[in-house]
Amino acid sequence: MLDSTEEGYVTADGRQIGGVVMEMRNITLRFGGVVAIKDISFDIREGEIRAIIGPNGAGKSSMLNVISGFYNPQEGEVIYRGSKRPQMRPFQVARQGIARTFQNIALFEGMTVLDNVMTGRLNHMKASLLDQAFWWGKAQREEVANRQKAEEIIDFLEIQHIRKTPVGRLPYGLKKRVELARALVSEPSILLLDEPMAGMNVEEKEDMSRFILDVNDEYGTTIVLIEHDMGVVMDLSDRVVVMDYGKKIGDGTPTEVRSNQEVIDAYLGVAHD
Amino acid sequence: MAHTDTPQGVPQSVPALLARNVAQFGSKPAYREKELGIWQNWTWAEAAEEIDAIAYGLLALGVNRGDHVAVIGRNRPALYWSMVAAQKVGAVPVPLYQDAVAEEMAYVLEHCFARFVICGDQEQVDKVLEVQGRVPQIEHIIYQDPRGLRKYDHSKLHALTDVQAEGRAARDRFAGELKAREGELDFDSTCVMLYTSGTTGKPKGVVLSNRNIIMTSKASSEFDHLDPHDEVLAYLPMAWVGDFIFSIGQAMWTGFCVNCPESADTTLADLREIGPTYYFAPPRVFETLLTSVMIRMEDAGPIKRRLFHYFLEHAKVVGPKLLDGKSVGGMDKLKYQLGNLLMIGPLKNALGLTRIRVGYTAGEAIGPEIFDFYRALGINLKQLYGQTEASVFITQQPDNEVRPDTVGVPSPGVELRIDDTGEVYYRSPGVFVEYYKNPESTASTKDPEGWVATGDAGFIEPDTGHLRIIDRAKDVGKMADGSLFAPKYVENKLKFFPNILEAVVFGNGRDYCTAFINIDLTAVGNWAERNNIAYASYQELAGHPRVLATIQGHVEEVNRSVAGDEMLSGCQVHRFLVLHKELDADDGELTRTRKVRRRIIEEKFHDLIDALYSGKTSQYTETEVTYEDGRKGKISATLEIRDAATVDVGAPAKVAAE
Repeated sequence: MLDSTEEGYVTADGRQIGGVVMEMRNITLRFGGVVAIKDISFDIREGEIRAIIGPNGAGKSSMLNVISGFYNPQEGEVIYRGSKRPQMRPFQVARQGIARTFQNIALFEGMTVLDNVMTGRLNHMKASLLDQAFWWGKAQREEVANRQKAEEIIDFLEIQHIRKTPVGRLPYGLKKRVELARALVSEPSILLLDEPMAGMNVEEKEDMSRFILDVNDEYGTTIVLIEHDMGVVMDLSDRVVVMDYGKKIGDGTPTEVRSNQEVIDAYLGVAHD
Repeated sequence: MAHTDTPQGVPQSVPALLARNVAQFGSKPAYREKELGIWQNWTWAEAAEEIDAIAYGLLALGVNRGDHVAVIGRNRPALYWSMVAAQKVGAVPVPLYQDAVAEEMAYVLEHCFARFVICGDQEQVDKVLEVQGRVPQIEHIIYQDPRGLRKYDHSKLHALTDVQAEGRAARDRFAGELKAREGELDFDSTCVMLYTSGTTGKPKGVVLSNRNIIMTSKASSEFDHLDPHDEVLAYLPMAWVGDFIFSIGQAMWTGFCVNCPESADTTLADLREIGPTYYFAPPRVFETLLTSVMIRMEDAGPIKRRLFHYFLEHAKVVGPKLLDGKSVGGMDKLKYQLGNLLMIGPLKNALGLTRIRVGYTAGEAIGPEIFDFYRALGINLKQLYGQTEASVFITQQPDNEVRPDTVGVPSPGVELRIDDTGEVYYRSPGVFVEYYKNPESTASTKDPEGWVATGDAGFIEPDTGHLRIIDRAKDVGKMADGSLFAPKYVENKLKFFPNILEAVVFGNGRDYCTAFINIDLTAVGNWAERNNIAYASYQELAGHPRVLATIQGHVEEVNRSVAGDEMLSGCQVHRFLVLHKELDADDGELTRTRKVRRRIIEEKFHDLIDALYSGKTSQYTETEVTYEDGRKGKISATLEIRDAATVDVGAPAKVAAE
C-alpha cells in the first residue's frame, strides 16, 4: 500500500496529495434482494484522481451514486470532511461541493451550451425570485459574475466555438465536454465522472484526459472517475479501487493494482502461460 | 542594389510608426481580441504601453541587439506586441508556424540561433522543450497563456505578464537604454525574418528590412485607399508574410484596427461580429464558405431555395457590373436591389462580409465561379500575386479591372520582366535583403541589379497589361510527344468542383496524363447523407463506386475544357484514382500553406503512379500517416483505377463534345 499518512502522500509525478476528504465505511447497498455493493470501504484524498474500475455490473455506478447522494446505502456510512453525512438528497450533496457528470449524457438538449453551463451555477444564485424576474440589483450582479465564471470554464475547456449552439446539435464527444463544463462551473471540491470517455475515439479520449489532468492541476479539484479504458485509468489516476460483483478486490496505485493477482483474474482475465 | 533611397517624412521603423500612431490617434482602437466572450479593446496609447512593458522586460532578461526572438502562437495582440517590442530593443522577431511539428521547429530555431522564444500556450512550450536538446542556445521561454504550465520548472520559463511586470518595475533603469536602441533603428535595419514554407528543401529565412515592410505597406495602402477606420481580422498564420504586412505593416502605416478571433474555431462567428472592411483570405477559405452556403441552401425550404437561386442568377449578371460602375438598366437595378433586400444582404450579413470594401485572395488560382459568386454579392474581391521575398506585393488588381484569370497589374513601385523561358522576374522596394546565412541561395534568386526570379511561368497580356500565371516554372514540362505539360492548370480546373479538394496531375515525359484526386469530405459527405449512403470513414467514402462515378464525370468535363485550349490539349487526364487519405502537411505531402509537394508525393505513392501507367484496374497500397501528436501509423487500401474519356485532339472539340 501507499504511504497513506494523515497528511497524505506524494504522487509519482511529484504532486502533493492532502488528507482524507471523504471516506466510505463498510457501505452495503441493496435493491430488494440484489446486493449491488457489499461492505466496501475506501477513502478519497484531497487533490487526488481516484479511479473506480471493474467489469460490467460490478457496482461502479452504484458506488458513484452513493457518493453523489442519489442512493442511500442500507448499511455503512459516508464520512465527509470529518463528519458523518446524514441521509441527503442529491441537491443537498451538490451544495456541499460535489458535482458529477453522467454515463448517459444528461444535458438540456434544446438549450445552448452557454445556458447549459449557466445552470451549473444554480447553487451560487442567491437573489430572490422577484429580483430575478425583474433582473434587478442583486440578480443582475450575480448574473454578470456567473457569466464570467461560465466563460472562464468555456475558455478552459475550449468550447467557445459552440457557445451559442443548442446542445442537441452537437456530436457526442463535445456533449461530454459540455457536461464536464457544467459540473466544473459549480466550482466543486469533488468532481465525479461517470465514464467520461465512453464511446470516444482516440483523439477525443486524449483531449478529455488532458482536460481532466488540467482541471486537477489548475483548480486542485479532487476527481473520482469510473472508466472502462484501462490505458486511460492507469495513466490518469493516482489510486484505483477495483470492484467485482459488488465487492472490493483491490485498492492501490495503478502499478499495485496491475500486479494484484485477484484483479488480474477478475478483471483483466486469467493469464495463460 | 536598386532601392537604397530614403524618402523624407516617412518614419524609419515600425516602432517609429507606433510612436506616430500614438501621437496621431492615441485614443482610437488599435487592437481587439475576444476574451471570455467579450471583445477587449486596446487603443494605440494602451497598446504602446503594453509593448513598452514587454520591451523593458526583454531588456531585463538580457536581449541583445541583433538577437533573434522566435514567436510561436495563434494570432493574439500580445504576440503582435512582442514582435514590436523585440524590434524596439534592436532584436529581430522570427514568427514561426504554430502548427509545425517539433522537428520542423527545431530546424528553424537552430538556424536562426534564437536565444528567446515567446510561446502562445502550453502546446508550443512543450514543443520547444522537446527540442531543447538540439537547440541548447535557448535561454528563456516566455509564454502567454499559463494554463497547464503551473507545475513546470520555471527557471527558464516566464509568464509574459510577469515579464511585463518586471519590465514596468525596471522602467527607470532601462529608459535610456531602450531609447538608445530604438534610435539606432533605420530603414536598413532588419524588421523581421520570415521562414518560407519550403516547397522544396529546407525552409529559408527571408530577411526583410524596415524599408521593405514600410515602403510596401505605404504603396499598397495608398493603392487601395486604406484608412484608420478600416478593420481587419487577423486569423492567418503569423509566420506568413501576408499576415505580417496586413496586421503589422499596413496596420502601423494607416493606423487601422487589428481584431484577433477568440480561437481558431470561432473565426467565422468572430468575422461576423467584427464585419471587417479589408479582408484577405486564401481561395480555400472562399471555396469552403461557398460550399457551406450551397450545402445549407440544399437543405433549406423550397421557397428559400428558389428565392436564393432566382436572385443569385440575376446578381451574377448585374452585381459585377454595378461593382465596376458600368451602366445597368433601371429594371435590372431595381431587381438587384430587391434581391439585395431579400437574399443578398442577409446572406452577406450571415457571412460577415457586409462591410467589406476591399477583399483580396492569393496564393492559388481561384475558380471563376467562386470568384463570380462573391462579386455577384457585391463584394469587391480582387486577386493579388506575391511572395515572401517581395514583402507580398508583386501585382494586384485595381478596382474595376478584376478578372478571375489574371493576377493584375504591377503594384506601385514594382517593375516586371519576363525572360526567354517564360519565367517572371520583378524588382521593387519590397525586395528582400537576403536569405539568412545562405548567400548561395540569395545570389541564385536575386541578381546584382535587384531582379528576383519568382519561379513562376507567365506572360503579360499585351492589351490590358495584366499578368497571367500559367504554372510553377519548374513544374512546366514536356510530354513524351513534346507537347506542353502544365499540371497546375489542370489541377485547378479539377479543384473548381466542390467535390474535389485536391488533385495532383502527373505526365511529365509520359505518353499521357494521370491524376490523384482527394475528395472534399464536407461536400461529398453531405451528398452521401442526402442519398442515404452510409460510410464509416473518409477512406470508405472515397472508394464508393458512386463517388468514383461522380469524380469520373468531373474529370471528363475537365478533359473537354482542356481540349479547347490549343497549347495544353495534351494535358487531358486519361486515368485517375481517388486517394484513400487526405493529403496532409503533417505527412509532408503539402506545405504548411497547403501547396502540393510533387516530389514527395511522387516518391511516397510511386506504386500508385506505376499502377496508373501499367493499365491495372486496382492497386493495393500501404501508407504511413502521422497523427496530430506526432505518432506514426499505417493505413492500407486497395484503390480502384478508372479510365476517363478524353477528347481526340485532332478532331474539332465541338464534334467530340456532342
